[in-house]
Amino acid sequence: MSQVDSQTKSNKKLIIQLVLGTVAMFGFGFALVPLYDVFCRITGINGKLDLTPAVYQAGSASNREIKIQFIAVNNESMPWGFKPMDSSLKVKLGKTYQTAYWAENLTANYMVAQAVPSVSPSEAAQFLQKVDCFCFNRQPLNAGEQREMGLAFNVLAGMPAHIKTITLSYTLFDITAATGKSIADVN
Amino acid sequence: MSTSTEQLVSSESKTHDTHHGPAKGISRWFYTTNHKDIGSMYLWFSLIMFITGGSMALMIRAELFQPGLQFIEPDFFNQMTTMHGLIMVFGAVMPAFVGLANWMIPMMIGAPDMALPRLNNWSFWILPFAFSMMLMTFFMQGGAPNFGWTFYAPLSTTFAPPSVTFFIFAVHMMGISSIMGAINVIVTILNMRAPGMVMMKLPLFVWTWLITAFLLILVMPVLAGVVTMMLMDIHFGTSFFNAAGGGDPVLFQHVFWFFGHPEVYIMILPAFGVVSEIIPTFARKKLFGYSSMVYATSSIAFLSFIVWAHHMFTVGMPLMGELFFMFATMLIAVPTGVKVFNWVATMFRGSMTFETPMLFAIAFVVLFSIGGFSGLMLAIAPADFQYHDTYFVVAHFHYVLVPGSIFSIMAGVYYWLPKWTGNYYDEKMGKLHFWLSFIGINITFFPMHFVGLAGMPRRVPDYALQFADFNAVSSVGAFIFGISQLLFIYNVVSCIRKSNQASDKVWEGSHGLEWTIPSPAPYHTFTQPPKVD
Repeated sequence: MSQVDSQTKSNKKLIIQLVLGTVAMFGFGFALVPLYDVFCRITGINGKLDLTPAVYQAGSASNREIKIQFIAVNNESMPWGFKPMDSSLKVKLGKTYQTAYWAENLTANYMVAQAVPSVSPSEAAQFLQKVDCFCFNRQPLNAGEQREMGLAFNVLAGMPAHIKTITLSYTLFDITAATGKSIADVN
Repeated sequence: MSTSTEQLVSSESKTHDTHHGPAKGISRWFYTTNHKDIGSMYLWFSLIMFITGGSMALMIRAELFQPGLQFIEPDFFNQMTTMHGLIMVFGAVMPAFVGLANWMIPMMIGAPDMALPRLNNWSFWILPFAFSMMLMTFFMQGGAPNFGWTFYAPLSTTFAPPSVTFFIFAVHMMGISSIMGAINVIVTILNMRAPGMVMMKLPLFVWTWLITAFLLILVMPVLAGVVTMMLMDIHFGTSFFNAAGGGDPVLFQHVFWFFGHPEVYIMILPAFGVVSEIIPTFARKKLFGYSSMVYATSSIAFLSFIVWAHHMFTVGMPLMGELFFMFATMLIAVPTGVKVFNWVATMFRGSMTFETPMLFAIAFVVLFSIGGFSGLMLAIAPADFQYHDTYFVVAHFHYVLVPGSIFSIMAGVYYWLPKWTGNYYDEKMGKLHFWLSFIGINITFFPMHFVGLAGMPRRVPDYALQFADFNAVSSVGAFIFGISQLLFIYNVVSCIRKSNQASDKVWEGSHGLEWTIPSPAPYHTFTQPPKVD
C-alpha cells in the first residue's frame, strides 16, 4: 500500500501547486493593469500623461523653441462644442504658458464631461508638464452654458532634440450617466 | 519489499477490474471516470462543435460568394464570424486535443488511467453546458456576440449586445474545464509513468501535451481575468477599458493577447506531437532528433509569452516596442524550423507508405509551413500595416489552424481509430476524404492571401467588386471541404460498427506502449505497470 499512498501524497502536493499557480495567474491578469501603467511610466512609452498637477517651478527658460499644437476631439456622440482657443503656440522650453479650451453644452440638459489627454509623439509625453489642466477635474455645464477651460503647462528642457512639434490632443467624454469618480480621483 | 507491494497492487487491481466494467445505459456516460470513455466523449463533442462551427463558416462563405448582401444581414454575419471563431477554437480544436490526450496519454506512459478520474469527468461535463450557454445567445434579444472572437473592448463592453454576459460566463466555464484538464494531464504525466519511462523516453505527443498543459495553466486564468474585467466594466461601473473613466482600451488588447498568443500554441503544440508520432510509423524510421524536438517545443512555449504585441502593431506602439516584438516573433521561426527539419529528416530515406494518417501528416508539414511563412511576413512590423485586419491574416491563421491543428487531429483519429475500435477504417474512403479536404482547403484559403494583399478587410459581409472572383473560388473550396467531412463522419461511424479486425500492432511500423495492448483497447489497460526498457 505504501506505493499507492505515496502516489496519492505526491499527487496531492502537485495538485496544490498547480491550483496555486492557477490562482496566481488569475491575480497576475489583474496585476497586469497597474504593471502596464508602471512599465509605460518608467519607459515613457504610450504617451501616458501624468495626471497630477506639476509643481510650479520658476526655472530659467532656455532659448530653444518648439511648436505645440492643440487638438479637440469629441468622443462618439458627445454633443458639446469643444475647441482650443489657440490652435498652436511657439513655446520656449522651461517657461510656463497659459492657454484655454472652450466648451459649450449645446443640449437642453445638464451634462458632465471629462477630457482625456494624449500626446504625440509619445516620447514627448514625459517632458510635457501640466501645472493646471481642465482635465484634472470633470466639467459640469448646464444647458446652453459655455466656459473657457484653463490649461497651464511647461515643456521641460530635457525634450529630445529631434522633436520640433508636439501635438496635445483632448478627447471629451460624456460621463453624465456614470456615477464613477473623475479621472483625477482614480489616479 | 517491492514484490509485496506488487502483489498488493495487482490483487487490488484485479478486484477493481471485476466489479468495475462500464455501467449500462446512458448513466455510463454521465458517471464514467474511465479515461477512454471520457476521451471518446471529448472527441464526439469536438466533432459536433466542428460541424456547428463549420456550418457557420459555410454561411459566411455563402454570403461572400458574391458581392452585395444575399442571404444574411450584416449584424448576423458578424455573429457568424464571432461564433465560428469561438466555437472552433474553444469547442472544436481544444476539446479534440484533450480527447486525444485522455485516450492516449495513459496508454502511452503505461498508466492505468488519468491521475484524477473524477476531476476528468467533471472537466468534460462542464463543456456541454458552457457551449449550450454560448449558443443560447443566438435566441436572446440583440442576438449573439458580434464583436469578433477577439472581443476587443469597447466593442465588447460599451457596444456589446446584452448577451455578452452569457458569453462571459461561458468563457469562464470552458476556462475552468481547460484548467482542470491541464492539471490532470500534468499530474498524470509527472506521477503516473510506468517504471523505466523516464522523461526523455516519453513519446513526443506526451511531451507536447505536458508543455501545452503548462501553457494552459499559465494563460487560461489570464483569459478569465480579462473577461472578468469586461464583466465589471459592463455591470459594476469600473473603467478598466473605458477611457472616460481613466481606463485604456489598448489595455484590453495587451491583456487579451497575453493570453491569446500562448493560446495559439496551445492549439498547435499537441498537433506537433501527433505528427511526430505518425511520421516515424509510416517512414519506418525512428524520429530524427528526439531531444531537439523536446527543446524546440519548450522554446516555442517560452517565446509565446514575449511576442503578444505583434497582434497589435497598428495601435500606435513606440518604435522600440515594434522592433522588440518583431524580432522576438521572428525568433520563433528557429525552433519551428528545427521541428520541420526533423520531420523531413525522419522521412528522408525512410521506407514510406502513404496511408491516410500519413497523408494528413505530410500535408500538415507542408501546409503548416506555408502558414508559418505568412506568419513571418506578418511579423515584419512595417509590412504589417498593410496586412493588418485584411484577409491575408485570415489566410495565415486558417493555414496554421485548418491544415495545421485540424489535419493533425484527423491524422491522429485515423491513426489510433483501429486501436480504439478494434477495426480498420475504410482506407479508400479515408484517402478520398484526405484528397477532397486537401484540395478543398487550398482552394478556400489560398486565394485569401491575394484578396488580403489587395486590401480586402476581414469581418465584412460585402466587398468591392474587384475581389469577387477570388471570393467565389474561396466559397467553392469551402463547400468542397465542408461536405467532404461527411465522408469522415461516415468512415468513423462505420469503423465502429463494421468488423474489419485490426491487429494489436495495427501498423507495420508502429512503436510505443499503446500498440502492445489488444485491439480494441480493453476498458482497463496497464492495471499492472508494464516494463519499459
